Parts: sequence; C-alpha cells; structure tokens
Amino acid sequence: MKIKKNIATSENGFIFNPATGDSFSGNAIATDIIGAMKNGDSEAVIKQSILDKYEVTPEQLNRDWDDWIIQLKEANLLEFE
Amino acid sequence: MTADRYANLCIGITGLNANDNPGPGIAVIRALRAGLGDGIRIIGLSYESMEPGIYMHELVNKTYQIPYPTAGTAALLERLAYINEQEKLDLIIPNFDSELYNFIRISAQLQQMGIRTFLPSHEQLALREKVNLSDFGKQHGFNVPADRKLFRIDELKKAKDDLSFPLMIKGKFYEAYVAYTMDQAIKAFHQLSATWGYPVIAQQHIKGTEINIAALGDGNGGNISIIPMRKLYITDKGKAWAGVTIEDPKLIALANQFAKATNWRGGYELEVMRDADDNLFILEINPRFPAWIYLTAAAGQNQPETLVKMAFGETPGPMNEYQVGKLFIRYSWDHVVDIADFQQISARGEL
Repeated sequence: MKIKKNIATSENGFIFNPATGDSFSGNAIATDIIGAMKNGDSEAVIKQSILDKYEVTPEQLNRDWDDWIIQLKEANLLEFE
Repeated sequence: MTADRYANLCIGITGLNANDNPGPGIAVIRALRAGLGDGIRIIGLSYESMEPGIYMHELVNKTYQIPYPTAGTAALLERLAYINEQEKLDLIIPNFDSELYNFIRISAQLQQMGIRTFLPSHEQLALREKVNLSDFGKQHGFNVPADRKLFRIDELKKAKDDLSFPLMIKGKFYEAYVAYTMDQAIKAFHQLSATWGYPVIAQQHIKGTEINIAALGDGNGGNISIIPMRKLYITDKGKAWAGVTIEDPKLIALANQFAKATNWRGGYELEVMRDADDNLFILEINPRFPAWIYLTAAAGQNQPETLVKMAFGETPGPMNEYQVGKLFIRYSWDHVVDIADFQQISARGEL
C-alpha cells in the first residue's frame, strides 16, 4: 500500500491532498511515517524504524499500524496497486 | 498584437454587488487590473445604489446605473449609447445571468458602436438553464440530479414521492434551499416563486463534496482555461467564502466534455458535487465568471484578462499549468464613503 504520489506534506505535519482539497494535521510520528511511505519504504522497514525509536511491542505496533492504514484509507490518501 | 494595445482599454463591468451573495464584478476587475495594469479604465454598470463596487474608486473609475433587464433591450441600448458617448467603451463584460439575454441580443449593435463582447449564444444560454439542465445532462451524458419542475404547490407532493427528502428547492434564476420536511419545502416554494417566478425546481439532493470549476470556452468546442476549486467554507446561502485550487483530471475532463458538447464561448462555471463513490454530478452551470474568479488569476490562469484578449481576436492556446493548493478567503470590510457619493449615484445615476 502506498501513499498517493501527489500528496503534499510539510515538516510541520500538514498534509494536503491536491485532488480533493482535503487537508490534515499530523503529529511528528505521522509526519515521519508519511515521509517514509512517500519515499517508498516498505511496511517492514517503517515498522522496524519505529521499533528502534520508540518503546512499543511488535504486537501493539501491528494493531496501531492497522488503525493507521484505516485512517489513511478513510482520508483517501492511499493508492491501490 | 502587443500588450500595449490593452493597456488603456475602457471596459464596462456589471456585478458590482460585492455583498454576502456577491456578484463577480469586483473580482473580474481585480483580475483585469492584475493582468492589464492600472492604465485601464473601468466603468461600473450598476443596478442599485448600494452596490459596494460603485464606491470602490481604487478599482472602479466611474459608475453608471443601467436599467433592469426587465426594461428590455431598447432601454439598455439607449443607456449604453449615452455611456459610450461619455466614455468610449472598448468592451463590456456582463456578469449576471439575468442580464445576459439582453446583452447577447444587442451584441451586434454594441459591436457597431465599437464595443466588443465575448458571449455565448442564446441557444447556449438556454440549454444550461436550471429548467433544462436535466434534459441537457441526459442528452450529453452528464450526471445531473433528477428534478421536477413545479408550477403549482400541489406538485410538491409528487416531487417528494419521486425524489424523497431532503430536496433542493431552487428558484428559476437564483437561490436554493434544502428542505427536509414538507413544511420547509412549501415555505421555500412560496418564497422562490414570489421572487423569481415559475417554475420552481425540486432537485434530488446529492450528498458529497462541493467543487466549482471556472472555465473559459473558446466557442469552438475547447477550453482555454480550467481551474477547479474545492469549497472550504460555505455560507448559509451556499456560497464559497473560502476555497482551494485542486488538481483532478476527472474535473478537467468534465469541463472539456461540457465545452465540446456546447461550443461554449466565454466564461462559465460548473457547480459540481462529488459523491462518496467519486461520481461527479453537475448541480448548476453558470453562464459567466463566478465571484471567486480572481483565484484563477492568482493561480496562474487569468481568465478575465484572457477573455479580453479573445474579444479582440486573439486565439490563445489552452493554458494547462496552474498552482494547486492556492487558497482564497473572502472577508468583509466596512467601506466608509461620504453621503454625497450616495446622493450622486442615487439622484443622477452616475458617480
């Protein structure tokens, strides 16, 4: 699953979908993850990076990741291959 | 043709009512000054003494009142002949739906007087009227909400049975209300029929995201400019008080489909609703620039400026680039003027 290519993000966590005009505010970790997804990093790589950086168990991270993907889908920010 | 040719034009503009249901005139003037410079002379053409643009002397050099559309073309032509004697107009850009019929009708006489226009035909004007929109959609393959034309109050019940609540109850020319109950629908019907006459239109309510598209048709089936805008803040009258330019090939394709179907000549606006399944419904087609037209200039495609050049015979190629994410936020401002100005426009019809 990839973030749509044309999604604009800024360092302060602002996310703008130019196709719909929707905009969102993300926190620091959301900004990092979206940046990584835009770079084409795989889910596994992103998860490992989070595990390295934050105190979180893999189980909790997987649950949060599923929730994250649902939010991205609802926000129409994902591109389906 | 050089840019200098346009630097000292005298242009008549209507739609100076920059209020909470704004006419496009002030935005058109702003775009013209941005594109053609401050050497142009803007002649405001007003209907009422309280149109704010009359008093905005930094944008409008002089204003003349003109007769209401119901006075007919002879009265309009007579008044414009007088104004032309004073001002030597090069061009007029009308900005109200309700005045377009008359301006189109006298466009040949205006041309003889040396006044250019760049307008659609009467046929083009008619096919997008609210009462014809549904048929137009069926004929050309556009998604248009189902509607019923109402000439009597008792026809509301059948419209409700066919389309179910909520319904959009729309005036023949302007205004629309959402009705969730029969009481609301009846109230809207009476209000709109008293103001705008018959028929009143009951339209299926489509839930979704409101998008407007400002475009400039070349009269040969193509568009010179297309700018889609997502409404971000909507007033209780349904007007965009803030919006942002967006990029979606489906919206560009929709405007191109419209231009191809109609050979539209001049500025126009598609009011579009995108539903949850990404279907695009055309809710209305306005036969002139919208009140947010300055955003087209700010985003890199100055549609009013380009229309002027097309009126003078230029044939520009399509403009394909614009800035996505360009935002406008409208604001209100208490403009203070001397009572003498109000007296002058009220008593003499000129300021």
